[in-house]
Amino acid sequence: MIKKNFFQLIFFYFFFSKGVFAAESGGMPQLNPEFWISQIFWLTLVFGILYIVLSKLILPRISSNLELRKSQIQENIEAADKQREDSEIKLKEYDNIIAKSKLESKNLFNETREKTLKAINIKRDTLEKQIDDEIKKAEIEISQLRKSAPQKINKIAIETSSEILKNVIGAEINNSSISAIVDDLYKKNGNKYYGD
Amino acid sequence: MAANPMTQFEVYRIGPEIKIGAFDISFTNASLFMLVSSLAILLIFNLGAKKNSMLPNKIQLLAELSYTFVSKMISDTAGSKAKPYFAFIFSLFMFVLFCNMFGMIPYTFTVTSHIIVTFVLAAFIFIGVTIIGFIKHGFGYLKLFVPSGVPIVLLPLIVVIEIISYLSRPISLSVRLFANMMAGHTMMKVFGGFVISLGIVGGWLPLTFSVALTGLEILVAFLQAYVFAILTCIYLNDALNLHH
Repeated sequence: MIKKNFFQLIFFYFFFSKGVFAAESGGMPQLNPEFWISQIFWLTLVFGILYIVLSKLILPRISSNLELRKSQIQENIEAADKQREDSEIKLKEYDNIIAKSKLESKNLFNETREKTLKAINIKRDTLEKQIDDEIKKAEIEISQLRKSAPQKINKIAIETSSEILKNVIGAEINNSSISAIVDDLYKKNGNKYYGD
Repeated sequence: MAANPMTQFEVYRIGPEIKIGAFDISFTNASLFMLVSSLAILLIFNLGAKKNSMLPNKIQLLAELSYTFVSKMISDTAGSKAKPYFAFIFSLFMFVLFCNMFGMIPYTFTVTSHIIVTFVLAAFIFIGVTIIGFIKHGFGYLKLFVPSGVPIVLLPLIVVIEIISYLSRPISLSVRLFANMMAGHTMMKVFGGFVISLGIVGGWLPLTFSVALTGLEILVAFLQAYVFAILTCIYLNDALNLHH
């Protein structure tokens, strides 16, 4: 306010003492009214044209440019939002699919394992049965062989004894007496040689 | 003569003398710089409005930032009702700003350093705002001079003060701009003169001042254009939205 008054004071001071300054070195050229009319005329003309061109031609274009950009940005933002939502839904679907397939694969795995285990068990059982049969057969054979073994050995013993006696004594000895002796010995000591 | 700091404000005729009746409307250096400023504004803003790309180039950005700056200034001070006057205030702001800025170039003429120019602008604004006020509110516009909540005893005094302050608006508006521009340019001229007269030995100090003053004057040039425009907005606000 003080500044304003100060300048007003200066202005009026210059205004009223114009004559004094004009008499000197021209004073304030601003207060020389020679070209006032010219300045008013040109100001009105130039500013008028400037105003008309700006308001009718240029400013509406800038305004529409700004509006257009604003709406386009808004549209883009909306589109981006929509796409984001879509992608979120897709992502959820994808997650669901993954979870489902994980569960499925787990089930499949378990099933297959059980099946395989069953098959293995069955095969093992049959194999074990076969092996048992074989073993049993072999055992039977062995026991048969064992049972027949003393008779064969007794026979060998009888034949061997009679042959030895023939060579030693030089006379034929009845086989039946030798077999009686062998039988007797077998009965006596059989358990020692052929113990079960 | 050249040392006189007021020489820079002298108006002289360029070309022949043109007369309409008794009035001399010759083309002068003042007219030239009005024209140059206006053409610069039109050129810049025309280029800035030419094509609409999503990513504005520098000149488009400049035009659009100026547009939004003035638009925001108007809507902040005078509200949405002032929208029809946007183009006028924009032209006014740009015209004053460019005239001020062109004045900062050495050897140019500062159009706004002439009281007659600023006064014509201010008077036009004053008359226009008053007419708008009376159109919008009829004689109710006179309520502007009667603030509410004032004691009856003080009312006559307040009304007189309000009327005087209202009537002094065009003067304060025009003198503020003119005096600022004139004072700044005179000061720069004076310091420039010191640089010459003090020579190579003592001229460095005024030169430093001169450089600093140039920066200050550029700020003042912008600020005064802004103040001019914002005061117009405030006056317009009074006329459009009667608050008293």
